[in-house]
Amino acid sequence: MSSIPATIDTLDTGRRSRLDARHDRIFRGVLRFCALLVLAALLGAALSTLWGGREILFGQGLHFLTSTAWNPVEDDYGALAPVFGTLVTSLVAIVLAVPVSFGVAMFLTEIAPNWLRAPASTAVELLAAIPSIIYGMWGLFVFVPFMARIEPALTDTLGRIPLLGKLFQGPPLGLGLLTAGIVLAVMILPFITSVMREVFLTVPTRLKESAYALGSTRWEVLWDIVLPYTRSAVIGGIILGLGRALGETMAVTFVLGNSYNITSSLLMPGTSISSSIANEFNEAVGLHRSALVALGFLLFVVTFIVLLIARLMLRQLARREGR
Amino acid sequence: MLNAFKTFAASATIIAASTLALAAHATDVTGAGSSFVYPVVSKWSATYAEKTGNRINYQSIGSGGGIAQIKAGTVDFGATDMPLDEATLQQFGLGQFPDVIGGIVPALNVEGIAPGKLVLDGPTLAGIYLGKIATWNDAAIAALNPGTKLPAAKITVVHRSDGSGTTFNFSNYLSKVSPEWKAKAGEGSAIQWPVGIGGKGNQGVAAYVKQVKNSIGYVEYAYALQNSIGYARMKNAAGKVVAPTMATFQAAADTADWKNARNFNLLMTNAPGADAWPITATSWVVMYKQPRNAANAKVALDFFKWSYEHGQEQARSLDYVPLPDSLVKQIESYWAAEFKR
Repeated sequence: MSSIPATIDTLDTGRRSRLDARHDRIFRGVLRFCALLVLAALLGAALSTLWGGREILFGQGLHFLTSTAWNPVEDDYGALAPVFGTLVTSLVAIVLAVPVSFGVAMFLTEIAPNWLRAPASTAVELLAAIPSIIYGMWGLFVFVPFMARIEPALTDTLGRIPLLGKLFQGPPLGLGLLTAGIVLAVMILPFITSVMREVFLTVPTRLKESAYALGSTRWEVLWDIVLPYTRSAVIGGIILGLGRALGETMAVTFVLGNSYNITSSLLMPGTSISSSIANEFNEAVGLHRSALVALGFLLFVVTFIVLLIARLMLRQLARREGR
Repeated sequence: MLNAFKTFAASATIIAASTLALAAHATDVTGAGSSFVYPVVSKWSATYAEKTGNRINYQSIGSGGGIAQIKAGTVDFGATDMPLDEATLQQFGLGQFPDVIGGIVPALNVEGIAPGKLVLDGPTLAGIYLGKIATWNDAAIAALNPGTKLPAAKITVVHRSDGSGTTFNFSNYLSKVSPEWKAKAGEGSAIQWPVGIGGKGNQGVAAYVKQVKNSIGYVEYAYALQNSIGYARMKNAAGKVVAPTMATFQAAADTADWKNARNFNLLMTNAPGADAWPITATSWVVMYKQPRNAANAKVALDFFKWSYEHGQEQARSLDYVPLPDSLVKQIESYWAAEFKR
C-alpha cells in the first residue's frame, strides 16, 4: 500500500465509497431476489394446490379432514387414512434412522481408524444418491419377502408384549407400514448421518482432549461434550430427514400396500398422501382430482406443522440449557 | 439416380408451392387415452407408418385424460376403457367404436394349487373381494372344487391402486353377478375396496400376487402369461367352466349383444355364450363426427379400418383379441352413417 500516493487515495475516497455502496446495494438486491424466489415458489405451489383442491377443501372442509372414506364411485373423500399413513411411516423411519445415524456418525468421527473414515463416509453419501424407485424395487422384490418370513416371529415375540403388542398383529404380508418405515429409514439415513458427521467434526479438539484428560470415558465425551456442542445442528439434520420421509413417494408406493386403512398394527397395509396422489392422479377426473390436489395441499400443512413442532422443541431445548 | 433427383426436385417444388401438399403426404394424427390399448396401438401405428407414411402418435395418459383431451379438441381421437353415454356423445358431437378386445383373469398364488386348477364363479369372486370369503378352504370355494385339497390359509386380496379400465370392467362384472357388491362397492375405474392391498398397474398387481402367499388378484391376460402366475378358471353366465384363452375371449365378443348396443355402449362382462370368458373387456375410440381437422380424422379412421383388416396378427401376438368380423362390419356401417368423411 505504501507505493500508492496518499493524495490519490484521499481523492478517490468519495468515489470509492459511493461505488462500494452501489455494489453493496446490487449485491443485497440479488440476494433478496434469490430468497424471494424461494418464497414465491413455495407460495405459488401452496396457492395452486389450494386452488386446485378448492372444491373439496371449501366444499366439504371438515368432512374431508375427518373422514376415513375414500370412495371414488360415490365421490366421497376423506384424508384421514393417507395423513395417518404418512405420519406413521415417517415416525417409524425417524425412530429407526436416528439412533443408527447417530452411531454411524459417532463411529466415523471418533472411533473408526483413519484409513476407514473416508471410504465409509463416501459409502454413506452414495446411499443418498440411489434413486428412490430403486429403493422401491429393492423393497418389493428383496425386502418384502424377507419381512414376510420374519413377521410371524415378530408377532410371536413382540406381539406378546401387552399394549405394545398391538403394533405387531396381523397377517404376514411383508408389505405394510413397518416395511415402508424401514425402507424410508434406510433412505433418510445417509442425510442424517452426513449432517451429524459434518457437525461432529466441528467440535474443537481442545474440548474433547480436556474431557479425556479429566478421565472421561469415550461414551461420556460423546454424550456430554460432542452432542451438547452440536445439538441444534443434529436436530436440524433430523428435521431434514423427516422432511424427506414425509414427502417420499415411489419407494413407499411399492411397499406400503396402498389401501385406505387406519389400523393399530404396523404390519397392516396403509397408504400415504404422496403415494395416493402418484397412484390415482392419472385417471382421476372431477371431484376425485380435486381431492388429490387437496391432499397435496394437506401434505404442505402436515409438513409445516411437523417442522413447526420440531422448531418449538429446539427452542425449548435451547431455553433449558440457558442459551 | 437422376430420376430420383428429378422426383425429389419436383416434390420439393410442390412442397414449396403449397404446404397443403405436405399435409396430404404425411399426416401426423394424435390420439390419447387408455393405457390398456397402448401396446397394440403403438405396434399398429409403427407398421401403418411404414405402409402409408402417416404417423399416429398415441399417448397413453389414461382413459380419463383421453376423454378430457378429445372434449377439449386437442387430439384427433381419444381412447377410453369406459364407453361414453348417449348424452355426452350428443352434447359434444362425438361418436365411439371399439378397437380391440382383451381378457381379465383372476391371478392367484396358492400353495398346492396348480395354474388353471381352481374354479371360481362370479358370486364367489365377489365374496372374496368383499372379505366375506376369507380362507381358501371356505365352503363356497370347496363346493366349486370337489376333489381339490384347499389350504386353510387366509386369502390376501390384491387390487389395483391406480384408476384403470381393468378395475372398471372387473368391478362391473362383480356388480352384475353380486347385488351385495353392487350395493357396497359398485363399479368404477377406482373404487373403495372393502379389503386388500393395492398394486400400481397390472405389473404391480402381478408382482404382489407373486410375492404374497395365498393371494388373489386380477390382471390383464398378457400379464398373467408373462409373469407365469397361477390363474383361475371361471364358471360363466351359461354355467359352464371356461379357461382364459383367446377362444373364450373371442366367444365373449361374438355372443355379446352388439346389434342392439347404440353407439357400441356395451360391456362384454358376463357375456351369455356357452364358451364366453366372463371378464372380457374392450376399449373405445372416441372421435368427433364433424371434426375440425377433417384430413386428420380421415386418416385416423383409415388407420382403424386398416387395423381391423391387417392388424389381427399383431394384436394376437400381444395377447389381445381382434374384433369379430360381424362387429367390424357394424362399425364400418356406423362410420358411413354417422361420420362425415
